Amino acid sequence: MIKTENLFFRYADEKEENKYALKNINLHIKDGEFVVIIGHNGSGKSTLSKLFNGIYNPTSGKIYIDGLDTSDEELIWEIRKRAGMVFQNPDNQLVATIVEEDVAFGPENLGLPSSEIRKRVDEALESVKMSEFKRKPPHHLSGGQKQRVAIAGILAMKPKCIIFDEPTAMLDPSGRKEVIQTIRQLNKEEHMTIIHVTHYMDEAVHADRIIVMDEGEIVLEGTPKQVFSKVDALKQIGLDVPQVTLLSYELNKLGFEISLENLTVDEMVSNLCQLK
Amino acid sequence: MLRDITIGQYYSVPSIIHKMDPRFKIIASMLYLVSLFLINQIIAYTAVVVFIGIVIKLSKVPVNFIMKGLKPVFMLIIFAFVINVFLTTGTGDPLIHAGFIKIYPEGVERAFFMAIRLILLIIGTSLLTLTTSPIELTDGIEYLLSPFKRIGMPAHELAMMMTIALRFIPTLLEETDKIMKAQMARGADFESGNLMNRAKALIPLLVPLFISAFRRADELAMAMEARCYRGGEGRTRMKVLKYSSRDLYGSAIMIIYLTTCIIL
Repeated sequence: MIKTENLFFRYADEKEENKYALKNINLHIKDGEFVVIIGHNGSGKSTLSKLFNGIYNPTSGKIYIDGLDTSDEELIWEIRKRAGMVFQNPDNQLVATIVEEDVAFGPENLGLPSSEIRKRVDEALESVKMSEFKRKPPHHLSGGQKQRVAIAGILAMKPKCIIFDEPTAMLDPSGRKEVIQTIRQLNKEEHMTIIHVTHYMDEAVHADRIIVMDEGEIVLEGTPKQVFSKVDALKQIGLDVPQVTLLSYELNKLGFEISLENLTVDEMVSNLCQLK
Repeated sequence: MLRDITIGQYYSVPSIIHKMDPRFKIIASMLYLVSLFLINQIIAYTAVVVFIGIVIKLSKVPVNFIMKGLKPVFMLIIFAFVINVFLTTGTGDPLIHAGFIKIYPEGVERAFFMAIRLILLIIGTSLLTLTTSPIELTDGIEYLLSPFKRIGMPAHELAMMMTIALRFIPTLLEETDKIMKAQMARGADFESGNLMNRAKALIPLLVPLFISAFRRADELAMAMEARCYRGGEGRTRMKVLKYSSRDLYGSAIMIIYLTTCIIL
């Protein structure tokens, strides 16, 4: 679905000659995969996600979305149709004054017939469970609900892949939960390719693959179990691990034999019960 | 409190008038305004009052709700009335003659008609915004302006700007509220002092508000492009405006109404 080759990126207004926001990124994301990109502020994770959507162009190297080169001006709309993007601030990405009008914005831009748009809008609102709010103005919704409307707006364009750029950073815990559930459901039930950029470790637990970024480079890559068991490496670049993993790590240090691959409370419990 | 602000005072009830095509309603309102300036007979005024009365009845908007809209312009109406009473000179004997004040019967008549005309004007235009949601209104305006695209009128862009403005009014109001509270918590005073001081106190409010508005605009533009927005060309609409039989009857009534006004 997404492939990057020797990708380098430097912001146009960057003064220092050799300061790259992204350095030598080589990625291959498969169809239907759920990938979480994690890193602290300034690690280049958001920049990378904006490159996937053709908002920025690589300084050198190539990105292919579904085989299409993002640096080709003529393909840009086709790429954005296939790889939708949800941003951080729910307020700043809703365009219309009524929920369903906003969801219709994307398909309207694609020039679809109005009956088709109607159908897609209803389906999209249904899959994020926002149908009952379709006639409401966005400013009467909570943060989590607004973000779900934004997701519906992307879904209505029927992309193959959705890129989430820190969609939960501005939400309260219940809003975060709503959005994370929606994202997981899209991946599981509709087999959508998901790229989720975040700095919350616990949101990464359910991913197929985690990519850890630091200083514009990929420093760790693997399944959640593989990545989180490297507690020292993560701590070194200033990232936290999920609480359960941290507990295992601390117990391990005290001499208990507990696997570092525990990610959920259930796994932890069964592991603890097996201790002699 | 700020969340409840409605722009254009849309009154949402299901009625024939509400369901009419916004394009037709905009044109009809314009014709109605023109008709008000064509008439000058008492019988013609009665016809207009009857007509607008029927429209109000059909729209199911409560009469006192409409009357509320007259309040802000009440002073203007009184002013127009007084000016006309005193400054109109008639041909016959004045009704009242006290010093330099002369009031002629023509003056009273004219002042009376002027006041009624103003009231009818406001009722007519507020009926348009009361029965048409801002979105429909924008759509209607976009459609009506689209013939002028050829001479360089940016009809789609204007409509898009109106939609975005409507969308962001509550968001920015909320933000103003937030910034104001934050400044007040740090000792800012927005309420006391003379006009000059109060204006100065607004600067720490306006600067962050503007900066944030620009940042929002930037992000919104990015989000719109990410959703394949590339201007009005090749864009379709989910809700297509349809000229239905309802609007056909409406047009017929409008034509009858206009001819009546002209004849009278």
